[in-house]
Amino acid sequence: MPALDTAFRRLRESDVYRSIVRHGAASTNRNRSLLVFENLFLHVHPVKVREKTLRFTHTYWLGGIALACALILTATGVLLMFYYHPSVPQAYRDMKELEFVVDNGLFLRNMHRWAAHLMVFATFLHMMRVFFHRAYRPPRQFNWVIGVVLLIVTLLLSYTGYLLPWDQLAFWGVSVGTNMAKEAPLVGEKSRFLLLGGNIVSENALLRFYVLHCVVLPVALLLMLSVHIWRVRKDGGVQGPPEEPPQREEVR
Amino acid sequence: MSPLPPLDLIESADPLATPRRVALVRPDRRPAVRTTDEKYVMTFPNLIVREVILFQLVVVGLALAAIAFDAPLEGIANPLETPNPAKAPWYFLGLQELLHYFPPVVAGVLMPTLVIVALVVIPYARINQTAGPLWAGAGPRRALALAAATGAVVALFGVFQCWPIAVPTAGIALAMFAARRGEQGGAFRRLLAKVTLPEWIMIWFAVVATILTVIGTFFRGPGWSFVWPWSHPLAF
Repeated sequence: MPALDTAFRRLRESDVYRSIVRHGAASTNRNRSLLVFENLFLHVHPVKVREKTLRFTHTYWLGGIALACALILTATGVLLMFYYHPSVPQAYRDMKELEFVVDNGLFLRNMHRWAAHLMVFATFLHMMRVFFHRAYRPPRQFNWVIGVVLLIVTLLLSYTGYLLPWDQLAFWGVSVGTNMAKEAPLVGEKSRFLLLGGNIVSENALLRFYVLHCVVLPVALLLMLSVHIWRVRKDGGVQGPPEEPPQREEVR
Repeated sequence: MSPLPPLDLIESADPLATPRRVALVRPDRRPAVRTTDEKYVMTFPNLIVREVILFQLVVVGLALAAIAFDAPLEGIANPLETPNPAKAPWYFLGLQELLHYFPPVVAGVLMPTLVIVALVVIPYARINQTAGPLWAGAGPRRALALAAATGAVVALFGVFQCWPIAVPTAGIALAMFAARRGEQGGAFRRLLAKVTLPEWIMIWFAVVATILTVIGTFFRGPGWSFVWPWSHPLAF
């Protein structure tokens, strides 16, 4: 359709469009480069990547699946927040509202829940992949540690979210878990009290878990994830199976 | 060819000094940047398009799951009515299964702490950087030491009657010994022969964690008794 093509070209060449996207169509390697490094979100990538890092068996895309889950969880989570009150018994009523009143409310909650489970699972598999590919070797040692922290943050996010529906499953699931925390020597009782805002899972615990789930832990995840991905880039991109022995230029 | 000698960076505390880098250049190596014959491709479209497709696949997959399966919702929380069994979320059911065999301070605190510490030190342990295949160049002493170590682990968990750990540990120990002189065996034994000691330990951890989680999730009913998965409702 020549008319449409012309219209698109006019649009892309207009002053307003070029003030927003400052390079031309990505039909040349120059513009493809600009597309990556003039974009805040894409410039975590280099302009060129090693071809073999694109192979499926190089990473199995597991970190990418975990990241995709995090994005989906953020989007569905924010939408769920519009309908949710972290108080007893309104929290439980909101679940019923989501199911029977809110348009696509149940779909939203389902998607949030399955994405959360998938994120835990994908993060664990990602860790296994990195271990068996020995991608923790220098200079990536500390990024492995950040990854372990990210796994813990992911588990905590899932766990704090588990209480929010305030049904029997949520209440007793969290009771069982926090009873385990109580057994820690010296700090166990105190940290459980701090976490729950009381000695049992109550309305205070619901509010604390809500704040942890919607503010504290997502911010922690965002910060740690940024460092994690940044360091992957700085260390030369994703590391696949160990084809060559570790080599490092010693700089002293 | 031996690796290049290390580069020396001569550093000074003087803020006006220019850092100088002194490198020894051997005649057989050019001072040019290390060249590689690896093939590079443009990030756009090769990587970006794949990332977008991956994201879309995850969205579509989860959307289908969300249409097909509803998230569980039971009655409103009631502190006075304890369900039997009361289960934690699935990723903690391995720990809860351990609680069946060990005192809470061991199952709920000691073991998870050990796991996290073990995970954190992985990249800093020399053996993880240097390990070759477990049986490469090994004499009878290594076989004896490994037999003693795995036997001790099996015995330890056996004493606590923790069969979901003791039995898989024995199975993995058998696989470990099947890997001995596995180079002459079939394809599977040749694969096993390449596994390093840290990898054997991680395989052991992953297998045990999976078995404990599956038992805790699917095979535990009232009073934490053994039940079949189809005899009771499951909720995730």
